[in-house]
Amino acid sequence: MPEKILLEIVTPERKILETEVDRVEVPGFSGELGILPGHTELISQLKPAGLLTYYLNEVKEEMAISDGFVEVKPDRIVVLADKAERPEDIDIARALELKETAERQLQKAMSDPDIDIARATTDLERASINIQLAEKARK
Amino acid sequence: MANLQDIRRRVRSVRNMQQITKAMKLVAAAKLRRAQDRVIAARPYANTMKRVLARLAARAGDYKHPLLESRGDEHYVLALVTADKGLCGGFNTNLIKAAQRFIEENEGKRVELVTVGRKGRDFFRRRKVPIAGEYINVTAQAVTHDDAAEIARSLMDMYTAEDSTVDRVYVLYNEFKSVLSQKVTIKQLLPIGAEEFAEEETGEETARTAEKGEVLIDYLYEQPPAEIFGRLLPRYVETQVFYALLESVASEQGARMTAMDSASKNASEVIDKLTLNMNRVRQASITREIIEVVSGAQALER
Repeated sequence: MPEKILLEIVTPERKILETEVDRVEVPGFSGELGILPGHTELISQLKPAGLLTYYLNEVKEEMAISDGFVEVKPDRIVVLADKAERPEDIDIARALELKETAERQLQKAMSDPDIDIARATTDLERASINIQLAEKARK
Repeated sequence: MANLQDIRRRVRSVRNMQQITKAMKLVAAAKLRRAQDRVIAARPYANTMKRVLARLAARAGDYKHPLLESRGDEHYVLALVTADKGLCGGFNTNLIKAAQRFIEENEGKRVELVTVGRKGRDFFRRRKVPIAGEYINVTAQAVTHDDAAEIARSLMDMYTAEDSTVDRVYVLYNEFKSVLSQKVTIKQLLPIGAEEFAEEETGEETARTAEKGEVLIDYLYEQPPAEIFGRLLPRYVETQVFYALLESVASEQGARMTAMDSASKNASEVIDKLTLNMNRVRQASITREIIEVVSGAQALER
């Protein structure tokens, strides 16, 4: 039996997930982090919008997470994210709406200096990830 | 003595009121359970956050962050978390009294209020106390982290703005002790006391070294510790505000439940008294009627 690592995903409102997994890919701020059991202690920021993947018995599971931190210990990964959504929980209509708003914002950004481009870009990215995931979950 | 009709009408109205208080009690009980669950659900995040911060605080060296720096002692901001609705016993009154006391104690200093909840806002607005910010309807429905984050961010902005003279930010709220009791609590939100983490750090570390006798290995950092620390701090403040709001909601529902319970009991008492009274009046009138009939009959016999 290969070793397992405990993955915890926690948002400010509740603990989303706590499960043993074989391998995790975390969207770190400076790049994708692949984590296996026995990883050395590590701490990193997360990307403002990203996709976390974990594998258990060769079954791949994905989750959209946004902004936060990850703390890794040899036997445990704790992801502190502002938001975390399973594919089946994603509200696709809302994601589409968010995407549209973000796109419109980005188009207007040229002429309107009030628009926070970084935020709109993040929103767009998050919405795209959510839509992708939700569509995959439907199939 | 009041006539029968009047008493009957009063009994009916008290009974109606009792039905309402009973219903409110049940609603509060249901909401309380949900609120309590949310407080518990929010705990892991807060705890992990604190633990990570504690370890980082030790590594970040004399890292300077505007949220950590202690300043003068002249200008306070008090964030007052009250409910939007009344009918919850002393819940709001106690908070408002504590806020007034705070203002009195710090006479001569500048105290600004930021009110969360309608009750606190209304009270201090009527008394012309300066209110720097107000949020209503945040606690009416389930508190979301986004709401809390928004409040926390505006408090931090007030504190860190370039021309800001704010020296300290406090939050005043009802801490949930049990269904029956809430404790008015005041907490310093900003600047963040570095001791807050330091305590946790030493506690955990000594326990760990004692247990395993191993040397604590430092983290691997993807970003410089100071940078991560700096990014975590505002989040920590957000979490604290969120937590205060959750506690406040749970307390509010607890207070309402107790208040409505005793209101229902009082209504029962009033109904009992009125019913007694009503029976007495009815008896009296029956007796009177019998006397009338009897004496009328006697008069005819003669």
